[in-house]
Amino acid sequence: MPDWLATLLISLLKAVLVVLGLLTTFAYMTLVERRLLGRMQLRPGPNRVGPMGLLQPAADAIKSIFKEDLNVTLADKLVYTLAPIVAIGMALTAFGGLPAGPAGSLFGENPWVYNLDAGILALLALTSMGVYGIFLGGWASGSKYPILGGLRSSAQMISYELGMGLSILGLLMLVGTTSFHSIVGWQATNGWLILFQALGFALFLISSFAETNRTPFDLPEAEQEIVAGYLTEYSAIKWALFQMAEYVNMITASAVMATLFFGGWKGPQFLNGLIPGISDWPLIWLILKIAFFLFLFIWVRATLPRLRYDQLMRFGWKLVLPLALANTIMTAAVLAFSGPFGLWKPGNPWVMGLLSLAALLALLLMSDRVRTLWNQPTVRREGEVRLGGGD
Amino acid sequence: MLLVSLGIGIVAVLASALLGPKRRGSRTKLMAYESGNDPEGGVGTGQRFPVHFYLVAMLFIIFDIETAFFYPLAVAYQKLIPFAFFEAITFVGLLLVGYVYILKKRVLEWN
Repeated sequence: MPDWLATLLISLLKAVLVVLGLLTTFAYMTLVERRLLGRMQLRPGPNRVGPMGLLQPAADAIKSIFKEDLNVTLADKLVYTLAPIVAIGMALTAFGGLPAGPAGSLFGENPWVYNLDAGILALLALTSMGVYGIFLGGWASGSKYPILGGLRSSAQMISYELGMGLSILGLLMLVGTTSFHSIVGWQATNGWLILFQALGFALFLISSFAETNRTPFDLPEAEQEIVAGYLTEYSAIKWALFQMAEYVNMITASAVMATLFFGGWKGPQFLNGLIPGISDWPLIWLILKIAFFLFLFIWVRATLPRLRYDQLMRFGWKLVLPLALANTIMTAAVLAFSGPFGLWKPGNPWVMGLLSLAALLALLLMSDRVRTLWNQPTVRREGEVRLGGGD
Repeated sequence: MLLVSLGIGIVAVLASALLGPKRRGSRTKLMAYESGNDPEGGVGTGQRFPVHFYLVAMLFIIFDIETAFFYPLAVAYQKLIPFAFFEAITFVGLLLVGYVYILKKRVLEWN
């Protein structure tokens, strides 16, 4: 077998493995979410299909495949069918670039499907392609609620994508590379990046909640307000594909947060003193971190009420965006004024870490004040020219 | 990776189309959803939506280009200190002027 064919086959195999793994995780994620929500509301959650409800995802999957696939009269057939495929395709592809261990740790192969030097850029590009799936789905349904949901969703996602892109600039300045590998390597020697970029992490977390359309930012599919948003006209497997895309995006966002801010597949280095090599155990640390963030997603869903749409947009444009810029400038200033390559002088990174933490704490302490400031109803004076209407 | 992920989607849709029940839906069943009423209007029949969405998209393009300019600067930052710092400040300053203008024009107020 020629060399290139072997490489191709191996990466194809890995891609299939990753996709199947993600789909299984998605299926059980729905179960875990329902059971956890149940626990948080003092009820058991699904526990009839199989032991502890373990077969519930399988039942759901089989049901959605055997359901009748409706094509609404007004729908644009081609786009209506393609939109969920685009959504799930982009969501799954985004995950493949994340490293799950050191080179060659997966039975002699590399534990990632593709590895790009501009990994972060590729990831941001792929997640923004997901907007197409949702918006086209909403548009192609040929009905009002989906269009509203799709518009809201695309406006929300692009707004928070800005916050997402800007909030990691400070991190990039510290690390000086956009490849996930180098970032994980940097954190192994210098400590987890959340220590230096607490504010950046908080902004990234908020943005990724909004990017994946989760509560408290799940307006595009707010059942009580606009039926099911872009999902209204979808049934059977197409609906399931959209759900799948959302959950896969959640998993990807968790993995990205773990990789960028929490040391990726490497565990805490000080544990090496107790059990040598424990921080290099393949996969385990990454899975633990992803699980933690997924739990956080569910926990927040059970805790916070949804934002109103104007609050959401104001929050994104007036709070997250300026703060992300401020974080960037702050990092730049500390780097510039702690001398040339000042970061690697011992003790110096802590200046930045403390500054960032202080900013985050100040924000949290002021959050009540900020909230009243941001939530003030827009005052309408007589005779004032207003732009457009609302929705 | 992209091929495999798109393939999964296509396979799923095909499987559902093959395995699902194939009935011809009645007219009412295939009607657009509108809380039980007959739908009025539809796509391309003059449905309007607020201009705000357009403005947000425009702003996104502007600020996303800003982000795109920032990435190379951020990656190469430690090699360009301290000159790059003042460059960055100038650039952000210019954009902030635009941002303040947007705020004053109340583009970001939804009412």
